[in-house]
Amino acid sequence: MSENIDQYLKSEYAAGWTTDVESLTIPPGLNEDVIRLISAKKQEPEWMLEWRLQAFRAWLEMEEPNWAHVKYAKPDFQSLSYYSSPKSMEERPKSLDEVDPELLRTYEKLGIPVHEQEVLAGVAVDMVFDSVSVGTTFREKLKDAGVIFCSISEAIQEYPELVKKYLGSVVPQKDNFYAALNSAVFSDGSFVYIPKGVRCPMELSTYFRINEAKTGQFERTLLIADEGSHVSYLEGCTAPMRDENQLHAAVVELVALDDAEIKYSTVQNWYPGNEEGEGGIFNFVTKRGMAHNRSKISWTQVETGSAVTWKYPSCILKGDDSIGEFYSVALTSNYQQADTGTKMIHLGKNTRSTIIAKGISAKRSENAYRGLVRMNPGAEGARNYTQCDSLLIGDQCGAHTFPYIESKNPTAVIEHEATTSKVSDDQLFLCQQRGIDPEKAVSMIVNGFCKEVFKELPMEFAVEAGKLLEVSLEGAVG
Amino acid sequence: MLKIDNLAAQVEDKVILRGLNLDVKAGEVHAIMGPNGAGKSTLGHVLAGRAGYEVTGGSADFDGQSLFDLEPEERAQAGLFLAFQYPVEIPGVSNMEFLKASVDAVRASRGQEALSSMDFIKLAREKCQAVDLPQDFLKRGVNEGFSGGEKKRNELLQMMLLEPKLCILDETDSGLDIDALQVVANGVNALRSPDRAMIVVTHYQRLLDYIVPDYVHVLAKGKIVKSGGRELALELEKQGYGWIDEEVA
Ligand SMILES: Nc1ncnc2c1ncn2[C@@H]1O[C@H](COP(=O)(O)OP(=O)(O)OP(=O)(O)O)[C@@H](O)[C@H]1O
Ligand SMILES: [Mg+2]
Repeated sequence: MSENIDQYLKSEYAAGWTTDVESLTIPPGLNEDVIRLISAKKQEPEWMLEWRLQAFRAWLEMEEPNWAHVKYAKPDFQSLSYYSSPKSMEERPKSLDEVDPELLRTYEKLGIPVHEQEVLAGVAVDMVFDSVSVGTTFREKLKDAGVIFCSISEAIQEYPELVKKYLGSVVPQKDNFYAALNSAVFSDGSFVYIPKGVRCPMELSTYFRINEAKTGQFERTLLIADEGSHVSYLEGCTAPMRDENQLHAAVVELVALDDAEIKYSTVQNWYPGNEEGEGGIFNFVTKRGMAHNRSKISWTQVETGSAVTWKYPSCILKGDDSIGEFYSVALTSNYQQADTGTKMIHLGKNTRSTIIAKGISAKRSENAYRGLVRMNPGAEGARNYTQCDSLLIGDQCGAHTFPYIESKNPTAVIEHEATTSKVSDDQLFLCQQRGIDPEKAVSMIVNGFCKEVFKELPMEFAVEAGKLLEVSLEGAVG
Repeated sequence: MLKIDNLAAQVEDKVILRGLNLDVKAGEVHAIMGPNGAGKSTLGHVLAGRAGYEVTGGSADFDGQSLFDLEPEERAQAGLFLAFQYPVEIPGVSNMEFLKASVDAVRASRGQEALSSMDFIKLAREKCQAVDLPQDFLKRGVNEGFSGGEKKRNELLQMMLLEPKLCILDETDSGLDIDALQVVANGVNALRSPDRAMIVVTHYQRLLDYIVPDYVHVLAKGKIVKSGGRELALELEKQGYGWIDEEVA
């Protein structure tokens, strides 16, 4: 009878259009010359090129990981292009006024505030289009507060000491296959530095857009919160509908120095593929934060997009009394596959972590939570609480939970709770009998299920995320 | 208001309703009694349009429209309300949110604007009081962890908010303590009006002391086998259903 519910699940992807701009895309293929070319295009210093080449050589020796609960045709790394940039970006515009309006319109169409006049509750945005950042708003205003917010390419030029010190310090070049690939070919992404004791005066965000076909996007984000500082950052992303699979392999590194606090939110809405499971983004991402004494790193993610996702935003709780949090909603429909979760590595004394993961699977999708909680010998009095809930819509989808717990300290306390539930025909009928149409009913039930996570998102994005779920579930019933 | 003619229905190849007739006019209260498994709840579900219940014959007209041409939510919007025998839980969705979505949907179908949150909260609180349900039940998940009696009162709360034309109460009195029974009866009586009709399914004639019906029907083996006035219920209480079987046979 759950087929009844299934028929209401038809996803509409609203961001599937393309922007018509002339692009310069380098020929497909991957070798040292390509890496030199990318580095040269960005006029990088020698040390950066060396760092990339080191990563590339390591990558050549590595194997595609296969432990995740996902199946996909391995990307052919030689058939991808590793750099694509709008032609108008060849000569880097000096200010937002010089940016091709067509590019800015892309972001406007996606609902991103691109003009500083429209201060949407004070959000500064870095806009990344294929392999380049096309512009960052409020740079000057932020600079007044001492905050650096720019593309990573610019940071390499302008703040080489900071980049050199922290790049690869949390996710080493050889961390894993896709992190190594990213380290070799990353093209753009955001850089944030919050100085000591500063509370970042506005919300920071980066919006990633893939536009060009047959390219991969390899973004790199580095965020450093110096002692006692505070920042809230949000990233969003979308891509056109295409029947090919495009690769997005990102690396995000967070550093929270003593007493700092980082709140990092993601609304991931890459193209998920069509109802037959054709096309969609492969989203293979490494995200990790290093938490020093008494600092706090909080990851919140709402994952509705991508054909295949594997990502585990993690915290290394190195400093005593540091706190790590992971709040996640992962929704899969049609033939989407997600394998996502977190790793909380407790090194310091009295470190705490909280994991709240909500997985929603519909249609023929597969949704897995994979989480590691490790208490190292030094983690005296450390605590973890994990709650992991799955919601099934229909009976052809899969939900899986893979918790890994390693405790090497007897004083550490680990709590784990897991539930699985279904949107039942009875619930749906109750809603309908009260006049509520079944699509609205499913989205209401799903939103209710996600409440604990949504409340962690910055206000305006919580609303956004709710709507996104609704769209992703459109046609889910009736 | 509701005219059911020779209705036949089945669930997963099991025939349950076999030629049921019932005529309910505005302003009337009909009680339906009958043995366990007779098809009373099935009748409610078929009228409300539950998936999986297949109508294999007959018709049901509701205010001049054929019920079976409408989606379940359209039937509800048209004013048909079913208070469930076994209300389900919807964890995480607050009662308030659910009730507002419901009232908004019904209003929207009539071309009325949604109530403001403030107005709605006020209204919901008022109705809570009427069914003797503490207000913090509005904040809890729909039926989540409610006791049996609280669930029934919550059904009544929904009914009072929606002010439907036709109320079908499926054993709303089962599992209620004496005081709660009085509350439910008061709620139902408050809604009694010349342009509203009620079908009250019950096993206990005691309820009919409080909600005095115009007609009492006995539903057995998928059809109405006997109809009468208030006194029929008293007779059933004394004699059970055995004698009807004999009469019909
Ligand atoms: N989904 C179903 N699958 C199979 N049989 C069903 C289903 N739903 C109802 N039935 C059967 O139909 C018959 C009528 O059930 P129904 O719930 O309508 O009875 P009822 O008159 O309301 O009984 P009670 O007084 O116990 O509430 C029962 O024999 C029941 O087992
Ligand atoms: Mg029943």
